[in-house]
Amino acid sequence: MTATMTPRPVGQRAGRDGFLQLVHAEWTKFRTVRSWVTGMAVTALLVVLVALLAGVSSDQKGSPPVPVGPGGEPVTDSYFLVHQPLAGDGSVTVSVSALESSIPKGPGDLRPGIVPWAKAGLIIKESTRQGSSYAAIMATGSHGVRMQDDYVNDTAGLPGQVSAESPRWLRLDRSGDTITGYASTDGTKWTKVGTAQVSGLGSTVQVGLFVASPPAVEGLGTAGSVSKAVFGDLRLQGGWTGGEWTGEQLGADSPTFAGYPDNGSGSFTQSGGRFTVTGAGDIAPAVRETLPTGGTLRDILTGTFAALITVIVVGALFITTEYRNNMIHLTLAASPRRSRVLVAKAIVLGAVTFVAGLAGAVLAVPLGERLARANGVYIFPVASSTELRVALGTAALLATASILALSVGTIFRHSAGAVTTVLVAIVLPYILTAIPFMPASVANWLAKVTPAAAFAVQQTLVRYDQVASHYTPYNGYYPLPPWAGFAVLAGYAVASLAVAAVLLNRRDA
Amino acid sequence: MSLALHAEWTKMRTVASPLWLLLGTVAATVALGAGATSVVNCTANGCGGDTTKLSLMGVYLGQALVAILAVLIISGEYSSGMIRTTLTAVPRRATVFAAKAVTLTGVVAVAGTAAVLGSVLAGRLILPDLGDRALSLSDGPTLRAVFGTVLYLILIGLLSLGVATAVRDSATSIGVVLGLLYIVPIISQTISDPDWQRLLEKIAPMSAGLAIQVTTDLDSLPISPWAGLGVTAGWAAAALLAGGLLLRRRDA
Repeated sequence: MTATMTPRPVGQRAGRDGFLQLVHAEWTKFRTVRSWVTGMAVTALLVVLVALLAGVSSDQKGSPPVPVGPGGEPVTDSYFLVHQPLAGDGSVTVSVSALESSIPKGPGDLRPGIVPWAKAGLIIKESTRQGSSYAAIMATGSHGVRMQDDYVNDTAGLPGQVSAESPRWLRLDRSGDTITGYASTDGTKWTKVGTAQVSGLGSTVQVGLFVASPPAVEGLGTAGSVSKAVFGDLRLQGGWTGGEWTGEQLGADSPTFAGYPDNGSGSFTQSGGRFTVTGAGDIAPAVRETLPTGGTLRDILTGTFAALITVIVVGALFITTEYRNNMIHLTLAASPRRSRVLVAKAIVLGAVTFVAGLAGAVLAVPLGERLARANGVYIFPVASSTELRVALGTAALLATASILALSVGTIFRHSAGAVTTVLVAIVLPYILTAIPFMPASVANWLAKVTPAAAFAVQQTLVRYDQVASHYTPYNGYYPLPPWAGFAVLAGYAVASLAVAAVLLNRRDA
Repeated sequence: MSLALHAEWTKMRTVASPLWLLLGTVAATVALGAGATSVVNCTANGCGGDTTKLSLMGVYLGQALVAILAVLIISGEYSSGMIRTTLTAVPRRATVFAAKAVTLTGVVAVAGTAAVLGSVLAGRLILPDLGDRALSLSDGPTLRAVFGTVLYLILIGLLSLGVATAVRDSATSIGVVLGLLYIVPIISQTISDPDWQRLLEKIAPMSAGLAIQVTTDLDSLPISPWAGLGVTAGWAAAALLAGGLLLRRRDA
């Protein structure tokens, strides 16, 4: 049998299926190397195994339940409340003439300090049940008067700090489910701060004075604080039952309550029309630092790091093996347009890695969540669209990392150097952001400009302006939005793919 | 043995990449250490932590280049077929393997010393003057950290050599080594049970070995400095043993 190969005349374009054939050829190469296929299976397996490990190793059975707000989010609902019931509609007015905070500077050593979100004011709450609906108006440590409702909503009012010389008068009006907040600097001229629609209040609500004092953000950590406020000119209108004022610390056992510093405790004293209330805690959505025992999807998907190794190794080998056994000569002889070879390889590799990563993530997330919940771990809740984004994003992250490894492997033509470069570029910045030394600004910068920015696709935590915390990558808060972070990694991959294509065309194989 | 050593040394010095990798180790270690010390917020009361460990942080990166060098020493021979020539010239494979390990130890010791001393010098220059708490080699714990870090780099090199001899393929070997070094500490963070977490930190080669760099708060360490370096040495010994045995038993 004789077969003759006729070289295609110069200038004649390959058929429309030329590129598809190239992709098919690369797919054949990929699927017939057993170790590469195994590598992809291991990728999915690693994601799932680490999720299982994270779920099994956590044991928080018997820990008190995390309070959940009306919107389903975890909240802190712990503060000192002086309250009595109000049946039906009514209003309450009070003046705040002092709000002083103390922060521990050493064991048992409390010093005056500023807690920006220390709160003292009026609250109308469905009940003293943890996580129940409310609306409140308050003076704060350094954010002026605010009106807040149902933990997540926050409206700014009169600016400035309160003092004996410049007190603030606050008023809340209840009319059904509508609560309106007013503030004044003199008790006669009132400014409306905001109106809140609080559903499900019921006819009888608890109304009163509250003082909250969230942990102060200091240096690399937080320090529990305690605040004292002086109220006066208390006036009630409407359906008051005329009972006594009851003072109590709400949510004392809540896992989102940091507790009082040493030498501090909650209390209230009443003399004449003057109330002095001391309290700690907060009424706000919970963030990672207030609920450090909570789990996130990112924790469950930590196996992504292990999976990165296998996809990067396979990605680099997909091209360097051709150089090592000289297959590259045949490949390039069969398809002289070299960039197309590279693109075909990237498509095959990216698609296979994406599928493996997606399979891993889709299995790992529900499994890890179920195991962690069975062990009593609270998982920060996410919408199913967010869960989908995390799974797709994790798969895309792995696929892009493998394409980056392919490109760097083409540039280096050496697998050890390529694997190390890509892995270190993605993993080392993550490790550095987790070092306690690292200032937040540097950690955020690293999470913006290095390929590690792509881990933002796994972010599920929400940052709140009205909660002071370390919003750092280490705590699960990334400076870039999810897909923008992914775009940084994709940018590195596209740039190195372009460099690889140029070098592949220029150099002898 | 001396002939084998001479042969390995010739291979090392006549190829460009080992020299570049060693220079890269020094540069990367010093650069990352200097970068880390320059971003830290220092006050007159200190820098809120362990400045020795901080200025030696460059080994996080430097060790990766040492690992590449160690992997290439053996897997490079497998990919080029040179290993057959080597084993024909010196049929006693244990001798070849030992010669490679000794050569590697020597060059990493030199580069590691340069990298670590450079890092300490950079730290001294960059960190504000802390008076008697300034970085100094005459300080016992700092000297231990400096000397131990050089040993750590050597052990990482030997660990990589052992793994690469067992695995033979360079990409897979470097993947295994970097996984052991970087990924195990990350995964240990997901384990919320503190006892398990400390156990993992005690047995992982990087987190245990780098305990040697700690000069403050020694009581809070999961493992004492020298015991930690001992764990890394155990990993290196196990890898060398596995690599050496496989080298003897398998066809090249």
